[in-house]
Amino acid sequence: MSDLLKVTIDGNSIEVPPGTTIMQAARQLGGKYPPAMCYYEPLKNTGGKCRVCLVKVAQTSEANPRPMPKLVASCITRVEQGMVVENETSKEVLDARNGVVEFLLINHPLDCPVCDQAGECDLQNLSYEHGHEQTRYEEGRREFERIDIGPYVQLHMTRCILCYRCVYAADQLTGQRVHGVLNRGDVSEIGTYIQQSIENEFSGNIIDVCPVGALTDKTYRFKQRVWFSKPFDAHRNCDKCCGKVVLWMKGDTIIRVTARKNEFGEVTDFICNNCRFEHKQAADWTIEGPRVIDPESVIGANKYELPVVSPAVNVDAKFVSE
Amino acid sequence: MATKILLEHVGVEGIRAIDTYLAHGGYRSVGKALKEMSSDQLVEEVKTAGLRGRGGAGFPTGMKWSFLDKKSENPRYLVCNADESEPGTFKDRYLMERIPHLLIEGMITASYALGANTSYIYVRGEMMPVIRLLEKAIAEAYAKGYLGKNILGSGYNLDLYVQPGGGAYICGEETALLESLEGKRGNPRNKPPFPAVSGLYGCPTVINNVETIASVPWIVNNGGAAYASIGIGKSTGTKLISACGNIRQPGVYEIELGLPVEEFLYSDVYCGGIAEGRELKAVVPGGSSVPILPKELILKTAAGEPRLMSYESLAEGGFVSGSMLGSGGFIVFDDRACIVRNLWNFTRFYHHESCGQCSPCREGTGWMAKVLHRIEHGHGKMSDIDLLVDVAKHIEGKTICPLGDAAAWPVGSAIRHFRDEFEAHVKNPDSCLAKHLHGAYAHAASIM
Repeated sequence: MSDLLKVTIDGNSIEVPPGTTIMQAARQLGGKYPPAMCYYEPLKNTGGKCRVCLVKVAQTSEANPRPMPKLVASCITRVEQGMVVENETSKEVLDARNGVVEFLLINHPLDCPVCDQAGECDLQNLSYEHGHEQTRYEEGRREFERIDIGPYVQLHMTRCILCYRCVYAADQLTGQRVHGVLNRGDVSEIGTYIQQSIENEFSGNIIDVCPVGALTDKTYRFKQRVWFSKPFDAHRNCDKCCGKVVLWMKGDTIIRVTARKNEFGEVTDFICNNCRFEHKQAADWTIEGPRVIDPESVIGANKYELPVVSPAVNVDAKFVSE
Repeated sequence: MATKILLEHVGVEGIRAIDTYLAHGGYRSVGKALKEMSSDQLVEEVKTAGLRGRGGAGFPTGMKWSFLDKKSENPRYLVCNADESEPGTFKDRYLMERIPHLLIEGMITASYALGANTSYIYVRGEMMPVIRLLEKAIAEAYAKGYLGKNILGSGYNLDLYVQPGGGAYICGEETALLESLEGKRGNPRNKPPFPAVSGLYGCPTVINNVETIASVPWIVNNGGAAYASIGIGKSTGTKLISACGNIRQPGVYEIELGLPVEEFLYSDVYCGGIAEGRELKAVVPGGSSVPILPKELILKTAAGEPRLMSYESLAEGGFVSGSMLGSGGFIVFDDRACIVRNLWNFTRFYHHESCGQCSPCREGTGWMAKVLHRIEHGHGKMSDIDLLVDVAKHIEGKTICPLGDAAAWPVGSAIRHFRDEFEAHVKNPDSCLAKHLHGAYAHAASIM
């Protein structure tokens, strides 16, 4: 077809229909696509906020061979005919991404050892790839009290990176919007007006779209580390949603139910609260089989190796000398 | 005496009332434009004039107008950005306070040029007296038939509204302003689409600064070529400069672009030199967000040419040895001013005003403010200075809207030109100039 646009990302070319964003083209290409903390394809209007997906456009189009003056957010920038994009191959991009990850972490409590999200946390993965080993930040971190929003969901604003995904989810999936952003700047917070609880049938999905541990499942709280539970694809007949879920089992017990996510960590079919929170008996579900886990995933076996300690650094000697 | 375009009648007694304003040639441009000119002719005239956006970016106004999507079937809007909140900038407020009808006249003429039948003036919420004045002026204009249906029998209709903002600097960013005007949270939008295609309520919209719109009546009355003959090069016409800091005559001055900085600073017609016989130390020439320049670089460029008050001359040397004309907020520091303390104050402002939507600005502005607080209060480290430069570099150009740049530029430039002062603060916190000047600072705070 002649109306396809050719775009080259890190030296690999692909033809995509007009209206495709750089991010979508990069995902279709496979390989190393830009990370995303706020962009969420199933939700409209997301993207452009977190700035981790910044890429360099080395050539805007065939007609306009000049590079774009600034790095652009790949999730909202549409491709043009003959566009040349640098993602992992650009030092400038990697440096910018390092900077953004550092910004995201300076007000993050790094309480991964007690966070239910650990193991499936986008921020953890991102900082593993792009972060620094040590922080340069010495100032106080932002802190908030934990808030229960409704019977099922707990909001722990301290961990929030303000991606706005849950705001869009609450807006687009549920009938009445009671959930938004309060205040401004680095004290803005996700919240409900005067701590009203969120009670509607699809509110549980804000847990799945949250990239960090800011919105967690109260029924799963401190039950198990993610990597010790076994995921199974399962379904049931539900009159509200598709009923296709992932069951997270500990032995024969269902400890958590989530929606199914695709390879980009995005929910394919949103599920209702009834399926998510009220059916924790194996008899409620038809189990399809084990969930296929990407071997690269942090919850796959042996993802992280023990750190290699350089023989040049004698840790004990350093302590002794001090 | 320099040409006065905006402030010509400012001193006239009772100029706020429409009758006095009419007696001094007011609303002439409305009659001329609506009866004698087509909207395309008006746009061409503004293009000929070479008028550039007076809000800070200096984008050619005629070009901005011609980008407006006229094929769209949706209504078109003109929005006047009167959310003036940049520290050091107070020219729009002065203009609206002294001669409100000039803005109304400009709004009518510009709306006609753009084919807008509904226009808005978005005024900073803190300026309540200005809002009242504008509302009164609009009511008078309606009564005289300059607003409403079939203006002056031309068949052109226009409704003009004043909308107070909620008190956020970020709502001066054009897309955040539109969000706020629509009644939403004032977060800047991702661009593209640009407002010229999809602006207010998704319709084609032009957003112009108060001073830009107020320049339109003169251009209509006297012709674009006459306007272009004032000024220098691509910096045509006159510009309002709000001069503040430790100078003998702070205030709002209308200058012809191209005036030498030295003349502006030392002439008795303008700033009148540094007060109390002090020495000049540095100038922020275009509102708090533009780079600060030390004495030797503000009066002369790095090449030794005299620095002029124009878009090009102030930017000469890029950010290494230049700055920007910006919004015309001319902040002067004398030899007692502490650059570190001033920078901390600026970063505190940007930290407070960041909308919190995108990560680099939300987190970076706060980080810079905290580090500068530490340095200023005697807990700094040498590595903090490079850290600040690095944080500023990671914000600049990485954000959705220009607030990130505005927060990063002052930090980069202050450390570039006054690094020794930062180092002195780290080595010997008691060397801070401001420490010995509590009286002077208290005085400055009381008059601000």
